[in-house]
Amino acid sequence: MPDYKLKIRRFNPESGEPAYWSEYDVEVESERSVLKGILTARDDQDGSIGIRCSCQAAICGSCAIRINGKTALACNTAIGEAQAKAGPGNPIVVEPMNNMPVIKDLIVDMDAVHWKKVQRVIPWLLPEGAPPEREYIVPAESMIDITQSMACIQCGACVGACLALEADPEFVGPAALAKAYRFVGDPRDGQEKERLTDLAEDPHGMYDCTHCFACVEVCPKDVAPMNQIMRLRRRATNDFEIKDRNNGYGHEKAFVNLIEKYGTLHEAQLLPRSFGDGSLLKGQTEPGAVKELIESLPTAIRGLKSGKVSPRKALWHHKLPGQENVKRIFEEIESKDERLELNLYIVEEEPGEEQGAMAEGSQES
Amino acid sequence: MPQHDVLVIGAGLAGQRAALAAAEGGASVGIISKVHPVRSHSNAAQGGINAALNPEDSWESHAFDTVKGSDYLGDQDAIEIMCREAPEEILHLEHLGVTFHRNEQGKLGTRAFGGASAARTYYVADITGQAILHVLYEQLMKFGDQIDRYEEWFTTALVKDDNGRIAGAVTRNIRDGSLQLFTAKTVILATGGNGQIFDPSTNALICTGDGIAQAYNAGATLMDMEMIQYHPTTLAGIGLLITEGARGEGAHLYNAAGERFMEKYAPNKMELASRDVVSRAEQTEINEGRGFPDGTVALDITVVPKQRIHEALREIVMVGRDFAGVDITREPIHIKPGNHYVMGGIKTNVDGETDVPGLYAAGECACVSVHGGNRLGANSLLDTLIFGRRSGAHAAKVAKGMSMPTPAGEELNRERETIDAIVTRDRTGRRVSEIKAEMGAVMDKHCAVFRDDAGLRVALEAVKRLREEAKTVSVDDKGSVFNQDVLGALELQFMLDNAECIVTGAIERTESRGAQFRTDFPERNDEEWIKHINLTAGADGEPEISYSEATMTQWEPQERKY
Repeated sequence: MPDYKLKIRRFNPESGEPAYWSEYDVEVESERSVLKGILTARDDQDGSIGIRCSCQAAICGSCAIRINGKTALACNTAIGEAQAKAGPGNPIVVEPMNNMPVIKDLIVDMDAVHWKKVQRVIPWLLPEGAPPEREYIVPAESMIDITQSMACIQCGACVGACLALEADPEFVGPAALAKAYRFVGDPRDGQEKERLTDLAEDPHGMYDCTHCFACVEVCPKDVAPMNQIMRLRRRATNDFEIKDRNNGYGHEKAFVNLIEKYGTLHEAQLLPRSFGDGSLLKGQTEPGAVKELIESLPTAIRGLKSGKVSPRKALWHHKLPGQENVKRIFEEIESKDERLELNLYIVEEEPGEEQGAMAEGSQES
Repeated sequence: MPQHDVLVIGAGLAGQRAALAAAEGGASVGIISKVHPVRSHSNAAQGGINAALNPEDSWESHAFDTVKGSDYLGDQDAIEIMCREAPEEILHLEHLGVTFHRNEQGKLGTRAFGGASAARTYYVADITGQAILHVLYEQLMKFGDQIDRYEEWFTTALVKDDNGRIAGAVTRNIRDGSLQLFTAKTVILATGGNGQIFDPSTNALICTGDGIAQAYNAGATLMDMEMIQYHPTTLAGIGLLITEGARGEGAHLYNAAGERFMEKYAPNKMELASRDVVSRAEQTEINEGRGFPDGTVALDITVVPKQRIHEALREIVMVGRDFAGVDITREPIHIKPGNHYVMGGIKTNVDGETDVPGLYAAGECACVSVHGGNRLGANSLLDTLIFGRRSGAHAAKVAKGMSMPTPAGEELNRERETIDAIVTRDRTGRRVSEIKAEMGAVMDKHCAVFRDDAGLRVALEAVKRLREEAKTVSVDDKGSVFNQDVLGALELQFMLDNAECIVTGAIERTESRGAQFRTDFPERNDEEWIKHINLTAGADGEPEISYSEATMTQWEPQERKY
């Protein structure tokens, strides 16, 4: 069996000493997990290494830590791969998650951050009226849809990796917002609008996400919390016309409309149109845009001075050659009845692939 | 000193369901768990939960399948209750928000499962246990005013009053190491199984049989402890579970010669025979040289349409990818029987009451018995919920009519001394991990799918020796905050208590029934053995053996064929 060197960040709250590093050499098969490596060190060398763990199968959500700087479950990260990432001759660096206070070694205070945020979103079903005699009749797709956020194991990896949370510790955060979508997207819940309004009005709510994809990248269960946040936003604006605090929806719409019209981005129109559909030249600008426009004047002047922008360029925007092809893309997408959601949960398979690796002619299912 | 009408120990499905039912019954409830409740091992139940909810199905059919699955050792009165109450429980969960799979009409849809005569397994992809556990935890948060949660508190012993009635428990707050005496009118154990006694096992590291050992040490009776289920489809070496749902969706088993060997063992139900039958078939193929060189047979899931695999067996796709390096949609995966579940446990009646007044047990740690010699797939979640609810409701009712008991005083000090002794002891003997590893290997070698007297006696001697060795273990961690090292030493003792009872029962039952297959007694012996083996802790520390009849209502024993 290959040898690995684990470099574990330790912290003993009772010693009065700051965090320190301990190194352990362990013999583990390369396809076994980093957790197996840590437990081998604990079993054979130092029983005082603290780490929460239980199922060793990426289902209980106990063992989220940082491995070589990246948040992951220790139990489903192969130690051989972790070594490859660390580079030959380097130790595998193991640390507690970010964004949560460390209790001891690799154990962080999930209650103080993660669970507090989950509590924030009223994490239980609020149906309208008394339940039916039998089950609620709901579309099969809706249950599959929210099963993606139901697949969350509350490991907190996304919370540990969230960059917005690092900047704003009050941010409700990816896990709790994914949990919120589990109710908003559930046809049995009767408080969809109230939930969305609440999360929209909270300055640390769903508009605090900066689309950095960190949560999507680290989630061990493909919950894709950021996607759930985007779905919350789309439902809020499209279905309930709830005001977007950052005007992001208007911005996105202006962006899309300008591309449809010109094929490339008409930057001078982007800002005013983000606040309404009117043209800057025709004076059809929303009041909200005026403040933003004034604030961006220094940038515009700098652009003019340096010659990056000319008045002619700013006001007149040429159309992309072959603009009709761009239009065709828009028509194709807009002709679809349903809102298209990027759902990583269901992987589309190309039809007609060969089935039955061992069973010739056996097609029963 | 916290006081509650009902104190629930363990916060998996049985514990959470008991706590909610007790709160609904008007009791003040405390729920203690050594891990955060959503880390509980109920999470790992993948395939689903059985109920005869379809109008074409009947609870009698479900009950008969369960009786037959139990190899006629299950108590039929308890099985009737479980199967009768199952449909209502499913609807209750659905109303709470469990995202059960729907059919095209938007109604609850089912999948097929082993040993069942109808497709009556309700499910959420292959994360059914997780989905239900997290929804119950939503309810626990919702009722936070009535239910006090003690998350990451480790119970070390049960406490009685001077009359021998249960009065509470001694519990260590893992976060600061303080030891507390909880007083309670009733205590419900819902501490789960003991799979960690075996290596490998599908069970999580927390499944160390704590509650079973604590009840045994408090004078409760254990029943049918020899009945240990080996699941037919686990990954070799690490023991991870591949859900029976895979076979429910149509997957096949092959030996190394490419033969679909279940044709020989269960020509009608094939891969969906009950678990003991399939596990024995696989082990026979492997033992007789028709397995793969790594001591496995192959599970071929590729016969299931890919879209369906991604929708219904998503977790297994991940397990294959992350833990075996196999894309199950494209190639077969190597599996073997592995330790999975204990049918036996703390003997209870249908309301969860044990032999100790005021003490209840529910879920895997309990033995009602609805599983008898072999549990059907997707009956375990049902067991946890039905008997969790019944225990919670009954305990709340009992608590209403009584005043708070007075715990006999010495227990807290005794536990403190035990822990202090472990922490302060210098290292002279073996490490906890060494003893645990030897126990796991011995149990898996001698107390698995096939057993015989000679092997079991080897196991018993080993377990007795290890129990002695465990008395002198020391630990590296001398601190108070999250001292997992000392908890490991306590768990080791609980596991060894369990192990001794398992092996004792297995030696005692000189027949083959359900999960117990004795190569020296290969026949089922209905004349002598349609009875439970009861174990209590004797004065000399050895288990004392007695018997009780298995309850029959309407199903006479028949030859068991699938």
